[in-house]
Amino acid sequence: MTYCSFCGKEEADGDHAFCRQRLSAIDPPRYCRECARRMVVQVTPDGWTARCSRHGQTVSRP
Amino acid sequence: MTAAPEQIDVLDEAREQVLERGVGLTEAQVLKVLELPEDRIPELLALAHEVRERWCGPEVEVEGIVSLKTGGCPEDCHFCSQSGQFPSPVRSAWLDIPGLVRAARQTRDTGATEFCIVAAVRGPDKRLLSQVRDGIKAIREDGNDIQIACSLGMLTQEQVDELVAMGVHRYNHNLETARSHFPEVVTTHSWEERWDTLRMIRDAGMEVCCGGIIGMGETLAQRAEFAVQLAELEPDEVPLNFLIPNPGTPYENYPVVEGAEALRTVGAFRLALPRTILRFAGGRELTFGDLGAKQGMLGGINAIIVGNYLTNLGRPAQQDLDMLEELSMPIKALSQTL
Repeated sequence: MTYCSFCGKEEADGDHAFCRQRLSAIDPPRYCRECARRMVVQVTPDGWTARCSRHGQTVSRP
Repeated sequence: MTAAPEQIDVLDEAREQVLERGVGLTEAQVLKVLELPEDRIPELLALAHEVRERWCGPEVEVEGIVSLKTGGCPEDCHFCSQSGQFPSPVRSAWLDIPGLVRAARQTRDTGATEFCIVAAVRGPDKRLLSQVRDGIKAIREDGNDIQIACSLGMLTQEQVDELVAMGVHRYNHNLETARSHFPEVVTTHSWEERWDTLRMIRDAGMEVCCGGIIGMGETLAQRAEFAVQLAELEPDEVPLNFLIPNPGTPYENYPVVEGAEALRTVGAFRLALPRTILRFAGGRELTFGDLGAKQGMLGGINAIIVGNYLTNLGRPAQQDLDMLEELSMPIKALSQTL
């Protein structure tokens, strides 16, 4: 099972078109895709890091 | 029988008053501009651009910002995803000093002259001020001479003096919206408390950066009121944000400001503030897209935040720098600001 990193709900549950739009435009991930925990996110001028307490850190692509 | 008084067109008035004499529009005039029909927007933007060129020059001031302390704010600013009072997905985070130095370097590498250190707080405590002091020292030791601004909430006189001593040259503290609308947006502190901080900043010799957010349910009359209240403050810079309806905030379902309305607002604010640095800030990506950003730059804007914002992402810095090159707009050099 995977979760939407914008709204934290199951990917298979409902339409996430709006979530994808926001994630592709102006939002870093906020929820872990593996467990839906809220992540600690640090936005910097040229990227972001998102840390899940169970699944570790994700870093934006350069 | 007496003849009806001739209606004077507000853009004709603005041409004589703002462009020729450098006198900003009154509240009533700003409202008329905000009510202009859509087919007159190109004319408005062209005039606003002329005003900006006449009274500010051709340069564009580029700035980067970073959040030193994210989330967990005790205040209830209804637009803000960092308030601890709403069920926002934004969690608390502190940026360490090496991270701050890297962020300042990334900003400097874009050609920016300004780097603003921001914290989501009511006002700074000793720990935060100490972190800012250490951060500025580390940025300088990294050989980075970028101008440093701060946005740390409401200040005491002692804190203002400390920031001056640290070499902070500009302080951001947004009034956010018109005085008459502010109680609908924030209930944990007042517009007047913000105003008091701004006066202290000005009196201490720091540059004042003060703007707000468009699209928080204010009427056009309140938008005009806000423009004129900002003009009364005589800020060095006005950052113009457009609401990003962020999840979990009371404004999460508010509509994104429509492009034409946003452009009208840009033009109107330039005509109210002919000599001020008017900066494109958050929300422009949603409101304008790529095309509108150019129109805004040709409609009175003379500064931008490049790269990401505090909790939201912006366009890649290079995209904005390419846009400025395409528009033949020179980036203000650091040597001009020192």
